[in-house]
Amino acid sequence: MHQLIVSAGPHLHVADSTRGIMLDVILALLPAGAAAVALFGWRSLLVMAVCVAAAVLSEYISRKIMRRDTTIGDLSAVVTGLLLAYNLPVTIPLWMAALGSAISIIVVKQLFGGLGQNFVNPALIGRIVLMMSFTAAMSQWTLPLAQQTVDAVTSATPLAIAKAGDSAQMPELMELFLGRHAGSLGETCALALLLGGVYLCIRRVITPLVPVVFVCTTGLLTFLAGYNPLEQILSGGLLLGAIFMATDYATTPINWKGKLIFAVGCGAITAFIRIFSSLPEGVSFSIIIMNIVTPHIDRLTIGKPFGSRKPERQAQ
Amino acid sequence: MAHNPKKELIRQKRRVRGGVRVPHYKNTADCATVELPVPGQVTIAMQQHIGRPCIPCVKKGDRVLVGDRVGDCTDGMCVPVHTGVSGQVTGITELLLPNGQSCQAVQIEADGQQTVSDAVCPPVVENREMFLQAVKDAGLVGLGGAGFPAYIKLNPGKPVDTLVVNAAECEPYITCDNREILENAQDIMRGVYAIRRYTDVQQVIFVVESNKPAAIRTLCDIAADSADTDNSVRVMRVASRYPRGAEKLTIYAATGRKVPPGGLPADVGCIVMNVTSVGTLGRYLQTGMPLVAKRLTVDGSAVQCPMNVRVPIGTAIKDVIAFAGGYAQEPGKLLMGGPMMGIALPDDTLPVLKQNNAILALNKQDAESPAFSACIRCGRCIKACPMGLQPVTVETDLRAENIGRLQKDGVQSCMECGCCAYVCPARRPLVQSMRLAKQALRR
Repeated sequence: MHQLIVSAGPHLHVADSTRGIMLDVILALLPAGAAAVALFGWRSLLVMAVCVAAAVLSEYISRKIMRRDTTIGDLSAVVTGLLLAYNLPVTIPLWMAALGSAISIIVVKQLFGGLGQNFVNPALIGRIVLMMSFTAAMSQWTLPLAQQTVDAVTSATPLAIAKAGDSAQMPELMELFLGRHAGSLGETCALALLLGGVYLCIRRVITPLVPVVFVCTTGLLTFLAGYNPLEQILSGGLLLGAIFMATDYATTPINWKGKLIFAVGCGAITAFIRIFSSLPEGVSFSIIIMNIVTPHIDRLTIGKPFGSRKPERQAQ
Repeated sequence: MAHNPKKELIRQKRRVRGGVRVPHYKNTADCATVELPVPGQVTIAMQQHIGRPCIPCVKKGDRVLVGDRVGDCTDGMCVPVHTGVSGQVTGITELLLPNGQSCQAVQIEADGQQTVSDAVCPPVVENREMFLQAVKDAGLVGLGGAGFPAYIKLNPGKPVDTLVVNAAECEPYITCDNREILENAQDIMRGVYAIRRYTDVQQVIFVVESNKPAAIRTLCDIAADSADTDNSVRVMRVASRYPRGAEKLTIYAATGRKVPPGGLPADVGCIVMNVTSVGTLGRYLQTGMPLVAKRLTVDGSAVQCPMNVRVPIGTAIKDVIAFAGGYAQEPGKLLMGGPMMGIALPDDTLPVLKQNNAILALNKQDAESPAFSACIRCGRCIKACPMGLQPVTVETDLRAENIGRLQKDGVQSCMECGCCAYVCPARRPLVQSMRLAKQALRR
């Protein structure tokens, strides 16, 4: 007698796994990490290492305390740690970086049930908490090493320059594209971020819908408000946020209609913050706000089964 | 020399959303059907169709011949069953079918003579009623897997104008419809013309997946050669994508008509029949031999020699596997049907049923059910669902026991094709969730 397994179909399965998807995201983040090291020096690597280590350790310990299975093998904590690091200035004290990671993982992710259950992007909350708590350390925008001079180590970010209307200080578009300007670790090099985005699209981890709509909405609205849209798109955290955070599975709408609404909302809120508020940058807040309305967007955009007809729906 | 089909193919115009690209594994596509040597014993189930079970019309000790009726119809939706071997009835037993139902079964010890019964003679068909009676007497059910009685399908009580012959065969491994087309194209055409003559059907569309070029060529040729003067029989090639052979999707591909949720093909003027069903009908009209044997694809990593084999209905699966060289490796899973929707069997002594089209034995490695982890909300199940449902949402609402929302989620449209679970990177058992959700709605 053979020992046969009886289970429900399907009895075939794709090879993709959660871990594989996370690995793809990590790979896609690597160009931006390499750019950060090239621009801001080896300390950026140290910040990334600390953030990732703190994230993984927090996940491991918090799962242990809550007596749940260890989930660090799915690599999602690595992604969160990396994303947080990319949102920090290179000069950040390492303990602050570690604290940010711990808050992201423990408070935002694990306390809400772990992978897939968090309702806002963990890395963004980590960044915002650090921003609110340590404003001075978090807004020390070092220039890339190559551009530092004896009397200028830090500089205003391009967005702050644009807000001040100081066009003489504004870096060239090419400089913006290559990331040769002051800013967070991983946000400055548009080229590296775009490479990562293209990789994710090719691997079908994300679709271009959200990043493209997000970026275009912000570009269009800032253009209408009299800013140079290309400068707006290439500066600040827009590309990092649009490619890597507005496409996070857990915290964004699940079907394409919802994703479209989400992307337009993110783009509009980012533009409004940049145009009207006293803050120079609004990508983090826009994504967080749209994260919070995501469950409602999901409910409103639920699809109709194949063959449904309008009159019948009303009749029901 | 390039082959020049005499009949023009219709290209698929409409793309149905969803579906998944599955590996084809059509290893047996070129394996001509071989006959299984008459097995020593067969067990003929009285429930091989959707509807009410048959009542055994033979008793222990009776001698039966090939084509003899062993199960008779009761009232209501029912299809008679016949024996494919000659021999002696050794008993009436209770049988647990793979789907969990249990029914009576007639056990017959074969004498190996295969003497054909006198009752087997071509039916006289002059009008619609006689035709439908003949279809019923043939013991014909939907051979694509569902086992819906064909005589009811052909008499839907609603105006129909189109016969869609489903030859998509989108499940991996299975090639028996492909072989039916290559080996019995004349029977298929005979069936098609009979249906066109005795029902209101005006156009006939064969739907074949593009991974069966030889079958497509054969159908085109035979349709051109036959008495199809008004070009009402056409062949459509569709992209190979599981589950293209699902009834509603086949209708949509062929005609652009969408069967509403909870509706039947007749609601949009269509009859859908599996190509082997049509071929079997054509054969019955010619020879009078009812549905007593079935072509099966025997394949899978644990099978020694994958093949297509025609077996008398009621043959034990282990006899079929033994004919295919036995198990090459220790089997981990035995499937009745394809790997996407097939039913895993608890043991290999179960008999072959009419609606079976494949027996797959997977080795231990292929049989392993992957461990599942947390949903990451990637939305791949939504993209994969051919019915436009959101399996992830159903799962969440099911866990929350939110019946109101489950109703709005359209759970009833789910046909359990398994695309969602197939693509899920967290390997969540989404098909089970769908079934549980349907059950929750029924309560």
